[in-house]
Amino acid sequence: MTTTELNVAKAAAIEAGKADVIVTVGMATCGIAAGAAPVLEAMKKAVADSGRTDIRVKQVGCIGICQHEPVLEAYIGGERFTYINMTAEKAERVFTEHIVGGQPVEEFMLKEKNIPVRNLMQTTFMKHQKRVAMRNCGNIDPESIGEYIASDGYAALAKVLTSMTPDEVISQVLASGLRGRGGGGFPTGLKWKFACSNRGQVKKYVACNADEGDPGAFMDRSVLEGDPHSVIEAMAIAGYAIGADEGYIYVRAEYPTAIKRLEIAIDQAKKLGLLGNDIFGTGFNFDLKLRFGAGAFVCGEETALMTSIEGNRGEPRPRPPFPAVKGLFAQPTILNNVETYANIAQIILKGADWYQSLQMPGCAAGTKVFALTGKITNTGLVEIPMGTTLRTIIEDIGGGVPNGKKFKAAQTGGPSGGCIPASLIDTPIDYDNLAKIGSIIGSGGLIVMDEDTCMVDMARFFLDFTVDESCGKCTPCRVGTHRLLEILDKIIAGNGTLEDLDRLEELATYVKSASLCGLGQTAPNPVLSTLTRFRDEYVAHVVDKKCPAGVCKNLLRYRILEDKCRGCTACARKCPVGALSGTVKNPHRIDPSKCIKCGVCMATCKFGAVVKE
Amino acid sequence: MKKKMTTVEFRGTPEQEAKLLEVIAKYDGVKGKMMPILQEAQDIYGYLPIEVQKIIAEKTETPLEEIYGIATFYSQFKLNPNGEYSVAVCLGTACYVKGSAGVLEEISKELGVEVGSTSSDGKYSLEATRCIGACGLAPVMTINGDVYGRMTKDQVKGILAKYR
Repeated sequence: MTTTELNVAKAAAIEAGKADVIVTVGMATCGIAAGAAPVLEAMKKAVADSGRTDIRVKQVGCIGICQHEPVLEAYIGGERFTYINMTAEKAERVFTEHIVGGQPVEEFMLKEKNIPVRNLMQTTFMKHQKRVAMRNCGNIDPESIGEYIASDGYAALAKVLTSMTPDEVISQVLASGLRGRGGGGFPTGLKWKFACSNRGQVKKYVACNADEGDPGAFMDRSVLEGDPHSVIEAMAIAGYAIGADEGYIYVRAEYPTAIKRLEIAIDQAKKLGLLGNDIFGTGFNFDLKLRFGAGAFVCGEETALMTSIEGNRGEPRPRPPFPAVKGLFAQPTILNNVETYANIAQIILKGADWYQSLQMPGCAAGTKVFALTGKITNTGLVEIPMGTTLRTIIEDIGGGVPNGKKFKAAQTGGPSGGCIPASLIDTPIDYDNLAKIGSIIGSGGLIVMDEDTCMVDMARFFLDFTVDESCGKCTPCRVGTHRLLEILDKIIAGNGTLEDLDRLEELATYVKSASLCGLGQTAPNPVLSTLTRFRDEYVAHVVDKKCPAGVCKNLLRYRILEDKCRGCTACARKCPVGALSGTVKNPHRIDPSKCIKCGVCMATCKFGAVVKE
Repeated sequence: MKKKMTTVEFRGTPEQEAKLLEVIAKYDGVKGKMMPILQEAQDIYGYLPIEVQKIIAEKTETPLEEIYGIATFYSQFKLNPNGEYSVAVCLGTACYVKGSAGVLEEISKELGVEVGSTSSDGKYSLEATRCIGACGLAPVMTINGDVYGRMTKDQVKGILAKYR
């Protein structure tokens, strides 16, 4: 394919994509799990049965409003209508009443303050967002290269190959201020620059980290499922910039839909000559291969990932030498994360200045996708300008903490990150601001916690995860994280002392400084950060032997309020361990020595007589 | 979790072996081929018994311990096949206090299967699970998804008889 042919293909694809009515159904993993496939089928059937040829029905990726999946959108006469929580029956009604009948079905629309909002883009969830990495997610069919080309796809690759030198590409990425979106936050342009010497003389590799493993982060999956070509195009651009002719995408095996769409996309790109030899007739060759993970979190670490692609146990290697010098198969290699790559084509097409204009003043460049989860009304994927405050994310975009509970803290960066307490809710979120308060952006997981969350228990959860996933190569991580977990378990069991808190802090610092790779170096972060921000909660556990949030079972006590108990015996019958005693119509009692704190009695009691303290 | 070698007799068919050899041939000369070979071998056999690892070792001229090292490193590689009947006993707090550990031991004895492995005839696999949320029925066990509550050691034999 030549650049002229790309333009012809683009014009043809735009023409082919036109229709009086376009109906899209979100078919990413989240949508499919919620039942999007029958919705898509029902809509296709309704259109086929009607014999209308002016209606196009297509699958798209994820638009980001996870909890309202399946999502169906209709574009009619220049207007966009969003329907949520769809079923096949509802889709049929949308077809008859709205698409044919011209009457929008308001009861299936997203409601804000009980008022239906027709167009998702006008909701507060969307209003604060700026979509760069996720620009095509939810808009184009990820299995159609034509739709990608129609929305400027591969134009950036054509531009760099025909009108820019490799150094100019690197300068532009450098000037954009783009930093790694996978966790480290290292300037992407600088990474490329380190690997750019001896172009054409040394075999080099471009690799993509799609081994998204942080609990609570799923933006990379969404990009791969919604817009796989954006990653492929960016990797080819990176190959041109550093002088590499081969690339690897390392994607976790737990993402079958992402793998399938990547395979389709690579195949399509090869057929059109957008991958392979002599791309755009410029003599530039670039080939791309897929490698699958096999369920090891540590393989998200760059050197471990390369060891795994090489076909070995995915254990990290000491750095230096850095991958830019000696990476995959001992050759210079650059490795970037999926979301980082998803920004590249736009930076090339629209320029570094444009990218630098997206963020809030004084903050790191561009936008960042966050996976908003936990105790929050609107769960979902949100892409916001860097420097947006946590308050905007939680109160406006996220719709606040549900059930009238109070916001307590947000955990960013998953098991490698830290927590941001409610008192710092006005912090503009970017790399440096979060580092100052002891957390990181990480890959963009953002878990919201309310007053019912115990911070000690939360720290334990993440540490339990890292202990499980420690590869065992270096002692500080293998043994250190285990010992940290034991101390936390001791505290949670009610056997902790004040000295344990100091020991925890001391050991955490050692593990951080002595571990070989990022996993161990960051594993103690949740502990250190909760210890700093919520020390009083730890003290309550070890001194008062109480869990203020009422989570840690060993520190809990269930009690029956005698004046409220009617003696209905419901609790005694349900108790799995026979800890309840009492006779009909007389107040019951709980034997604390037998009670296992399962909470069944509290859930059973209709009179609110069982309390937790 | 530590992985255990299986005691299930290897029942690979010539067809499976032919497929495996095809896979190995396909990756001949490919750099970093061991992961994809093991992944595809597991697709063929459902797990990675030592016999399969040996074939791969021989054909790719790779030390067996290296292959075993990879197979045990990644959680998705399985050294044990799923049993025809998959038995799970809940060791959550409620079940544990009500004696599920004893039930588990009884089943293990009755079936001759260690926890976390599969019986040598491939019929039963036995595992201990975390709380499955059926505390009201404690102690609980499941066999291929059928739930059995209020288990006692004495009932084990009778229930297992249904799955012989």
